[in-house]
Amino acid sequence: MLDKTVASLAEAVKDIPDGATLLVGGFGASGIPTELLVALLDQGARDLTVVNNNGGNGPVGLSQLFLAGRVRKLICSFARSANPAQPSAAAFAEVYRAGKVELECVPQGIMVERMRAAAAGLGPFFSPVSYGSKLAHGKETRIIDGRGYVLEQPLPGDYAFVKAQHADRWGNLTYRYAGRNFGPVMCMAARTTIVQVDRIVPLGSIPPEQVMTPGIFVKRVVQVGRDGEPARAGAA
Amino acid sequence: MSHHKPLSREQLAQIVANDLPDGVYVNLGIGMPTQLAGHLPKGREIILHSENGILGMGPAGDVPDLDLINASKEQVSLLPGAAICDHVVSFTMMRGGHIDITVLGAYQVSADGDLANWDTGTPDAIPAVGGAMDLAVGARQVWVMMEHTTRKREPKIVERCTLPLTGASVVDRIYSDLARIDVTPHGLVVRALVPGLDPDTLQSLTAAPLRFDERLAVLAV
Repeated sequence: MLDKTVASLAEAVKDIPDGATLLVGGFGASGIPTELLVALLDQGARDLTVVNNNGGNGPVGLSQLFLAGRVRKLICSFARSANPAQPSAAAFAEVYRAGKVELECVPQGIMVERMRAAAAGLGPFFSPVSYGSKLAHGKETRIIDGRGYVLEQPLPGDYAFVKAQHADRWGNLTYRYAGRNFGPVMCMAARTTIVQVDRIVPLGSIPPEQVMTPGIFVKRVVQVGRDGEPARAGAA
Repeated sequence: MSHHKPLSREQLAQIVANDLPDGVYVNLGIGMPTQLAGHLPKGREIILHSENGILGMGPAGDVPDLDLINASKEQVSLLPGAAICDHVVSFTMMRGGHIDITVLGAYQVSADGDLANWDTGTPDAIPAVGGAMDLAVGARQVWVMMEHTTRKREPKIVERCTLPLTGASVVDRIYSDLARIDVTPHGLVVRALVPGLDPDTLQSLTAAPLRFDERLAVLAV
């Protein structure tokens, strides 16, 4: 019997070692697997490389990992607080300015495509994005048919933390509205994908053509509930 | 001496929005371009895309929802006919020439259409590019919407960008609060000026050579 559900957040994250590369879904506060990040804080892994679109989303979650000194490097497209009135990335700014964390700034779509390449078994690829800009420094470039390209490397994860709406015990997923964002590609790009969901549903209850991430890309599923209250994993 | 009044942000948003044709797919950059959403001309179906996977965005709904936000992380709604996708598909739209027009803010634009809009060059700024570079190379047309000069009255349209580039030779058209300018293979061509502004004055506020359309239009609401 194939059952990927685990009973608690702590169990879901217990084997993550120091030095792991962790893909973390979410765009702004949408689709952020906050409860898994908090569980990882309690678990204690350090020296992490984190891949996330933003440099934290307010005080809970990634920001706690930054302040606790657990993150060695952030690979990110937008590490700054977008709105100065809502300093969502204030904790990152603090540790970054203190020289405690390294930052690799990557164009958002290239971050995505590097993960997709890793997921799809591809090698490095040429992209016109960032050609002629300082983000191309140190990377191989080539002019092909008159257009400049930058060679980009695949970006695999050891683990991924993803938030989805529904999962069955095989790990088939649906996402809620634009909370989908980085979820599908991160599920595919990590060796061990851990998903927190609003609800675990009985096997067969997600119509097959509406499965957004097929369960083959998912290792563990933990039910968190919509309001962030841990709920018991269950169902068929 | 020229007696003119720069356009307000509101007026500029209205003018740019009014130039969007019926049936186009449009991505609005963060900052000033976001305002276009409130000025789309009635009677045209203009489909707004947001990089986080929304095609067919509408104005903010009544009920706040974290999973319905735009690139500026502001609330939006879904229009009937909207589609949601993941980031792979969303950036395929942006990078692969599927978005008809993107309207972006800018710090500088060069005579060749080079765009600088992601890094102010401040030494302690945290680098943050977001989706700007993907859009700049990938949208079929890149329109820039900005004030003609900085707050210190320095030209933002320049011979060569001094700030870090977002993309080289990517801008097709500039809407400033003084003029509408096309970037052409023969350089910058001014198509329209705000009322009362003469070409010499506009040139004096621009650090790249301008040519003027023989039939200059008036840039006004």
